[in-house]
Amino acid sequence: MNAEFDIAETLDVKGASCPMPVVKTKSATDDLDAGDVLEVLATDPGSMSDIDGWAAGTEGVKLVDQEEGDDVYRHYVRKTA
Amino acid sequence: MSTDTPDAPSDDAPSDEPPSRTELAARVDELEEALAEATTEDDTKKMSIIATKGTLDMAYPPLILASTAAAFGYEVTVFHTFWGLDILHEERSKNLKLSSVGNPNMPMPNAVAAIPGMDRVTTKMMEKKIADNDTATIEELLETSLDMGVEFQACQMTIGLMDYDEADFYDGVTTGVGAATALQDMAEADIQLLV
Repeated sequence: MNAEFDIAETLDVKGASCPMPVVKTKSATDDLDAGDVLEVLATDPGSMSDIDGWAAGTEGVKLVDQEEGDDVYRHYVRKTA
Repeated sequence: MSTDTPDAPSDDAPSDEPPSRTELAARVDELEEALAEATTEDDTKKMSIIATKGTLDMAYPPLILASTAAAFGYEVTVFHTFWGLDILHEERSKNLKLSSVGNPNMPMPNAVAAIPGMDRVTTKMMEKKIADNDTATIEELLETSLDMGVEFQACQMTIGLMDYDEADFYDGVTTGVGAATALQDMAEADIQLLV
């Protein structure tokens, strides 16, 4: 879907609200290998700011992209270490 | 008026020799070790929360912040005291109430809110909103936080005061702790909150 990176896993947290999108994203990245990208599908509008803030403040992860779709917010998080 | 101050080599110059290369190298090693220790020790950020309230609305903030901080990699301790103990109480945590009195934002006057049974009505309304919004339940947040390594502590003095038993709490909850434990956690924490 995206030319710049391959998606290793997709996490569906549609419907879930704060703090679950961040908490589940964290758990999902724990299971990834370094370099892998996790795609997160959320419907919580707060997830745009929250996942950005979480990735910026957390060691070993990096937000590579965010997309605001019609009803779904897509986040792409790379595990860096 | 002589301005001339004899700049003679001071006669009490240190007589000992400058440190040798090996001595300096040893000193550098020592300092590097101390620096490494100091920086690794402070690597993990810490958060300490004191949870004192047990109403349905006030049970959320400590649990939301605890689980989120754990997701950031923080070491989190939540010290529960007084009605905050109810959040850790296996039975009572599933039955937390929302008070209809004392909250001017409630859509009813206090005189009505005080009618017996009104707390049950407002609690049901809140529980329905929580379910409709897919907001996590208190139990879910607590289990998630425990899984993520959050340390929940139940204040020993108030366990006695509230007539609770240590066996009433969720597995993984620490009992046998008091204010000094909480204070020590707060002193070491980067973030301290009283809820």
